[in-house]
Amino acid sequence: MIGIEHYVVVSSILFVLGVLGIFLNRKNVIVILMAIELILLAVNINLVAFSAFLGDLTGQVFAMFVLTVAAGEAAVGLAILVIYFRDRGTIAVDDVSHMQG
Amino acid sequence: MQPILLIVFLPLLAALIAGLGNRTLGNTLAKSVTTGALFISCALSWPIFLSFVGGTAEPQVVQVLHWVQSGSLTFDWALRVDTLTAIMLVVITSVSALVHLYSWGYMSEDPDQPRFFAYLSLFTFAMLMLVTADNLVQMFFGWEGVGLASYLLIGFWFKKPSANAAAIKAFVVNRVGDLGFMLGIFGVYLVFNTVSIPEILVRAPAMAGSTIGFLGMQWDTLTILCILLFIGAMGKSAQLGLHTWLPDAMEGPTPVSALIHAATMVTAGVFMVCRLSPLFETSEVAMNIVTYVGAATCFFAATVGLTQWDIKRVIAYSTCSQLGYMFFAAGIGAYNAAMFHLFTHAFFKALLFLGAGSVIHAMHHEQDMRYYGGLRKHIPLTFWAMMAGTLAITGVGVYWFHAGFAGFHSKDAILEAAYASGKSAGMFAFWTGVVAALMTSFYSWRLMFLTFYGKPRWAGSEHIQHAVHDDHHGHGDHGHGHAKQDDGTAGYHPHESPLAMLIPLGVLTLGAVFAGWVFSHAYLDSAEFWGSSIFYNEHLMHAMHEVPLWVKLSATVVMLIGLSSAWYAYIVNPGLPAKFVALFKPVHTFVYNKWFFDELYNLIFVRPAFWFGEKFWKLGDIGLIDRFGPNGSAWVVQQGSRIASKLQTGYLYSYALVMLLGLTAAISWVLVN
Repeated sequence: MIGIEHYVVVSSILFVLGVLGIFLNRKNVIVILMAIELILLAVNINLVAFSAFLGDLTGQVFAMFVLTVAAGEAAVGLAILVIYFRDRGTIAVDDVSHMQG
Repeated sequence: MQPILLIVFLPLLAALIAGLGNRTLGNTLAKSVTTGALFISCALSWPIFLSFVGGTAEPQVVQVLHWVQSGSLTFDWALRVDTLTAIMLVVITSVSALVHLYSWGYMSEDPDQPRFFAYLSLFTFAMLMLVTADNLVQMFFGWEGVGLASYLLIGFWFKKPSANAAAIKAFVVNRVGDLGFMLGIFGVYLVFNTVSIPEILVRAPAMAGSTIGFLGMQWDTLTILCILLFIGAMGKSAQLGLHTWLPDAMEGPTPVSALIHAATMVTAGVFMVCRLSPLFETSEVAMNIVTYVGAATCFFAATVGLTQWDIKRVIAYSTCSQLGYMFFAAGIGAYNAAMFHLFTHAFFKALLFLGAGSVIHAMHHEQDMRYYGGLRKHIPLTFWAMMAGTLAITGVGVYWFHAGFAGFHSKDAILEAAYASGKSAGMFAFWTGVVAALMTSFYSWRLMFLTFYGKPRWAGSEHIQHAVHDDHHGHGDHGHGHAKQDDGTAGYHPHESPLAMLIPLGVLTLGAVFAGWVFSHAYLDSAEFWGSSIFYNEHLMHAMHEVPLWVKLSATVVMLIGLSSAWYAYIVNPGLPAKFVALFKPVHTFVYNKWFFDELYNLIFVRPAFWFGEKFWKLGDIGLIDRFGPNGSAWVVQQGSRIASKLQTGYLYSYALVMLLGLTAAISWVLVN
C-alpha cells in the first residue's frame, strides 16, 4: 500500500535534488531554472498528496496556482536569459557575478 | 586716565597691531608703531620715577579689572606703583625703547621684521605686567609671559636648529624654576589664604616658627615658602644650577640678548626677591641660601667668562655673574643695593650687548673674538661706547671723590654691605665677590683688548672671507684679492653701524657713566625714597659706611689688577695666555667647558628623559595604546569586513543558499519552540 510517507519521501528527494541543482550547479543558468521547477514540483506533489489524504480540495487548487506561477516564472526566466545571452554572449553560471559589490 | 595704564598697555596694543598686521602693515609701519609706543611708555615712566626720587610721589594701586573670585580666593588685575616698580618701569621702558630703535638698524635686512618687533613689544608688556603685579598670580602671569616672549625671540631665527634647541632649553629649564615658583604660590595661599602681596608681607612675621609638612617632612613654614619662591627666581635669573639656558639663549638676535637676557627679564628673580623682601627677612635659612647661591653663581660664571671666545657668551656669563652679585646683596639684606646694581647693570650691560651687536654687525656676523682685533680705528664710536660699558662693569671710580662709572657705585655698595653684614654667609659672599670682581675686570678688558686692540686677525674668519669673496665678485677681480693682503684684514673693511644703532649706544653710554653717580644717594642712603616698597635695612646701610678702608678700596684694587693683567696678557705679551692654558690644561678644560654642567645635566636628566621618552613612545604609545587602541580596532574592523565581503560573491546560488539556510534555521527555531 502506498501511503502518505512515500509521497513525502518522493517530494523530499525531488526538493533536495532541486536545491542541490541550484547550489552545486556551476555550468548553466538554465539548469538553475530547471532546478527551481523541480522544487516547485516537489511542493506540488506534497500539496496534492496531502490534499488527497486529508480529503480537502484546497491543496489541489493550490497546486494548479503553483503550476501557473511556475509556467510564468519559467517564461520570464527564459526571457531574461535570452536577453542576458544577447548582451554578454554567455550564460555560464561562473560568469554571472555582477551582483558582487 | 592714569599714565601707568598707558605705560603698561601701549606696548601690548603695539604688539597686537604689529603682530596681527604683520606683512599687511609692512615693515616701516609696524616698526614705527611699536617703537613709538615704547618711547611714549618710556617718556611716561621717567616722571613717575623722578617723582619718587624727589619724594613727591605716593605709592598707589590702580585697579584694572576684577579677575578671580572663587571661594575665599579672590584677586584683581591691579597695577601697583611704588618705588620698586618705578625703578623697574624706567629700566624696562628705557632699555626696551632703545632696543626697539637699535633693531631698526640691526634687523634691517631681516625678512620678518614686524614679527620681531611685535615679540619685543609683547615681551615689554609682559615684563611691565610682572613688575606692576599686586598679587602673586598676576606676577606669575607676567613671569610666564616674559618666558614665552623669551622663547619666541631666542627661536626667532627658527630655521637655525641651534636657535630652536636653545629656545626649547630656555623654556624647559625655566619650567623647573617655575614649578618652584608655582609651589611657592600654592604654599603662600595655603598658609596665608591670600595671594595679595601686601597682605602676605603684613602677615608673614606672625607665621614665624610655625611648621608645615612638605614632601613627607616637617619644615619651617616661611623657610620652605621662601626657598620655593627662590627656586623660581633662580630659574628666571639663571642662578647656579638653573643657569644653563642663559648662554645658549645668545642664539637669538643680539638686541634680544640686550633687552631680555641682560637688562630686564633675567633680573625678574632679583625683583621678586626684593618685592617679597619682608617675607624673606623672616627666614634666616632662606636668606643664607640666597646669599650662597648668589655668591657661587657670581664666582662660577666669572670663571667661565674668562675662557670663552664668543663675544656674546663672554657677556652672557658676565650677566650671570652680575646677577649673582644682586642675589647675594639681597641675601644679606641689602635689597636696595641689589636694586641699585640691577638699575646700573641694566644700562651698562645693555650697552655692552648692543655694542657687541654693533661689532658683530661690522664684522659680518663673526662672533669669535679670535678673529677680531684692531677694530678701534675702524669703528671708533662703537669702541668708545664699549669702553664706557667696560669702565662701568669693572667699576672704575675714585673712592675719595665718590665719583665713578655706574658699576663702581653699585658693586662697591654690594661688597661693602656683604662685609658689613657680619654674617658668615656675608663674608663668604664678600670674598667670592672680590675674586669675581677681579675676574670681571680681567674678562671685560680681555674682551676689549681682543676686539679693539692689537693687529687685525680677521683673515681666519669664514664670515669675513665670505664677505670679501662676495665683494670681489662684485668688482670682478676675484682671485687676486686674497694673495695681496697679508696684514690680517683679508682685504675687509669694517664699517661703522647706522645711526639707528649708534643713538641707543650713545644714550646708554650716558646711563653707564652717570646712572650710578646721580642716583647713588637715593638708592643707598634714603629710606624715604624706598618707602615701604622693600625691606630697608637701616642698620646695615649704616654699618656699610663704617667698614675699613681696605674693604672700600678692594673692588678698585682688584679692578686694577684685572686690568693690568689683561693688558699684560693680551697686549704686551700675547703669547702668554696660550702658555698659561697649556700649563693648567685640566683646569682650563674644566672651565672652558662651563664646568661640564651641560654634560652633567645631559647625563643625569636629558638622556634618562630621552630614554624614558623613547620607551614610553615605542612601548607605551606604539606597543600598547596604538596597538590595542586605534590600530587594534581598525584591524578588527578590517578583518571582519574582509570576511563579510567574501560572503558577497555575486553568485545567485550563494545568496539562495544563505536564504535557504536562514529559512531553515528560522523554521527550526519556530518548530523547536
